[in-house]
Amino acid sequence: MIDMNRNGEVWVFAEQEAGQLSDVPLELLSKGRELADTLNVPLAAVILGNNIAKLSEKLIQHGADCVYLADSPVLEHYQPASYATLICDLITEYKPQICLFGATAIGRDLAPTVASSMKCGLTADCTDLQIGNHTDPLTKKVTENLLQQIRPAFGGNIIATIVNPERWPQMATVREGVMRMSVADPSRKGDVVAVTVNIDPTTLPTQVLESKRRPKKVNLKGARIIVAGGAGVGSRDNFRLIWDLANILGGAVGGSRAAVDLGYVDHDHQVGQTGTTVRPALYICAGISGAVQHRAGMQESAKILAINIDKDAPIFGVAHYGVVGDLNEVIPKLIKTIRSGASLEEAVTGTAQND
Amino acid sequence: MGYNSIVCVKQVPDTKQITGQAMKSDGTVNRAALPAIFNPEDLNALESALEARDRHGGTVTVLTMGLPSACDVLRDALCRGADHAVLVTDRRCAASDTLATSYILSCAVRKLNADVVFCGRQAIDGDTAQVGPQLAEKLGYTLVTYLEDFEFEGRTVRVRRNIGNGYEVVRSQLPALFTVVESANKPRPQALRKALKFKKALSPLEVNKIVTEQLPDADDNTKRSEAANRCQALAKQGLLITQWDLDDLEADLTWCGVTGSPTKVNRIQSIVLAGGDYKEFPPTDAGINQLIYELVEDHTIG
Ligand SMILES: Cc1cc2nc3c(=O)[nH]c(=O)nc-3n(C[C@H](O)[C@H](O)[C@H](O)COP(=O)(O)OP(=O)(O)OC[C@H]3O[C@@H](n4cnc5c(N)ncnc54)[C@H](O)[C@@H]3O)c2cc1C
Ligand SMILES: Cc1cc2nc3c(=O)[nH]c(=O)nc-3n(C[C@H](O)[C@H](O)[C@H](O)COP(=O)(O)OP(=O)(O)OC[C@H]3O[C@@H](n4cnc5c(N)ncnc54)[C@H](O)[C@@H]3O)c2cc1C
Repeated sequence: MIDMNRNGEVWVFAEQEAGQLSDVPLELLSKGRELADTLNVPLAAVILGNNIAKLSEKLIQHGADCVYLADSPVLEHYQPASYATLICDLITEYKPQICLFGATAIGRDLAPTVASSMKCGLTADCTDLQIGNHTDPLTKKVTENLLQQIRPAFGGNIIATIVNPERWPQMATVREGVMRMSVADPSRKGDVVAVTVNIDPTTLPTQVLESKRRPKKVNLKGARIIVAGGAGVGSRDNFRLIWDLANILGGAVGGSRAAVDLGYVDHDHQVGQTGTTVRPALYICAGISGAVQHRAGMQESAKILAINIDKDAPIFGVAHYGVVGDLNEVIPKLIKTIRSGASLEEAVTGTAQND
Repeated sequence: MGYNSIVCVKQVPDTKQITGQAMKSDGTVNRAALPAIFNPEDLNALESALEARDRHGGTVTVLTMGLPSACDVLRDALCRGADHAVLVTDRRCAASDTLATSYILSCAVRKLNADVVFCGRQAIDGDTAQVGPQLAEKLGYTLVTYLEDFEFEGRTVRVRRNIGNGYEVVRSQLPALFTVVESANKPRPQALRKALKFKKALSPLEVNKIVTEQLPDADDNTKRSEAANRCQALAKQGLLITQWDLDDLEADLTWCGVTGSPTKVNRIQSIVLAGGDYKEFPPTDAGINQLIYELVEDHTIG
């Protein structure tokens, strides 16, 4: 752990894979920018990998004042032994007050390892981060300007606000798609600090023998409209209805985990706690009961339209519009009405696409 | 040969069961209405350890930190084939965050000694998925997360990791800690013969409780010696659940419970199921027309 350091920077771990930055670090930088401005301290990105120097510029354009760059062949593949050791050394040297990580496969492996080694707190899967004060319930001691880490727990049924008042840095992971990414500003300037890497690869306990990643086929996060189907759709063939409605609206197709497990739609389309978190302008869900794990991934949508045959389905609890009825009748009616609607001509002819 | 495994298991409220009925009218969760279950991915962790024993020999010890009632999951694990069960229970463990939890578990693992530790990826109540990685760090074991398949090769292990958008195959040195994902296997059910035997397994605390119930009028000394006798008899049959407190673990109390937990809960809100203004439309042509009209009016579509 490090001492409380009110001048400490805000840090974002900039995860990259094979020289490509994913969206999460950029989303975190825009949130980090907000936090750093509130605290009046610099925002820095920490990036580790092999042949990644070129990524610094993008990090600066997205808000970093400074980039700590550890570029070495030994960092080609992620493993906790090398990455966590380097990051702990950097934390000990520069004493940042906040460190943010994406709640990705790598972030959820790395961040707890770093926090355990630094003996500091770590809050998982935050959905919001704010700067605020904390009053100790026993001593009534007030600590100002702490990172308020807001996260769902208990299967999404409660929202807890967590603080780390004493043992710093204050660390948190944030799921992909939860923070909004800001637009790159090509005129931004920043410093790049080269980090010396002294790791003997033969001392590392893990060897990566094979690594296969497939790009996501659907971009649920970017969609303005999502039409999602659940177990109630009944079959993969009948899922055609969901595709048709999505296509006519120029939207993307989503699914509940039950729909994925039943083989109606591929896993890339899954919305929810173990799928993608989305917040489109309109989320239409048909034949989805609205389990907490599903709601966790969609309840931030601007407008939610639920179609379900069961008037007591929990999904209606988070919906803005509801149709209690059989989706096999309701969806064709929706499609027909949208087709006939003159004001919708652009939507119909515009971005519609097939799978 | 063979590998000695420890499986970390947690008893959790069944958060999947939170449907309309388990929500109170004010929108908060009625925890008492939720059954306590074996954390789902810990069953996958146990299955992986049992598979390792089937293939190579060795032993499987299940370990939990929790309330005395957590013995239910330990008994379940014994009925599925675990060799030993250990309960760490102590009031001073209360309010441990993941850092303190992993510290306490690390003390127990050190006392037991193991080649490999299997954890579930994530518990469905705290939902952090942090205990596994932090326990590995505390023990200095090689951390291998998201295990889907594995094969021991002497003092190394070859693991296929499910990383969500693909997979990775790694070779890691033992001792290692794995976090196991749901897709790794299908947990075996309780074996009938084992179930008949191990459903009778008890922890010393449970024995005390039974003795107190059965001998309400006996003095403390009688109760104590009766309990000791029964524990001894259970131990002979392999039916005594090992029970440790923080003193048994020689744990440093500064790293346990509230003092050992850097994260503090500032506030808890329950999710109230209410979407704000909600409008329902009948599934008729007129209803659907009206719905589309409204969506176009407020520029949601069109
Ligand atoms: C650790 C964990 C993580 C999870 N992660 C996710 C996740 O990321 N995403 C997710 O979605 N789930 C997730 N789940 C699963 C979740 O708990 C639910 O099981 C799942 O969301 C249910 O999917 P569903 O609503 O499609 O199916 P069901 O719950 O079976 O609901 C089907 C609905 O369809 C309605 N229906 C049936 N026929 C019709 C019809 N003809 N017309 C209209 N309506 C009809 C029914 O009334 C019912 O409400 C997770 C679970 C766990 C334990
Ligand atoms: C609302 C709420 C929010 C919380 N948020 C945080 C937070 O953000 N950060 C934080 O540090 N703590 C947090 N906690 C505390 C945390 O839930 C506890 O520390 C808990 O003991 C372990 O965390 P988990 O349930 O997330 O387990 P996970 O880390 O998800 O569990 C992973 C695996 O570790 C093993 N394991 C976990 N607990 C035990 C156990 N008691 N005995 C044996 N094996 C075990 C199991 O194999 C399990 O599958 C929170 C608690 C609550 C109630």
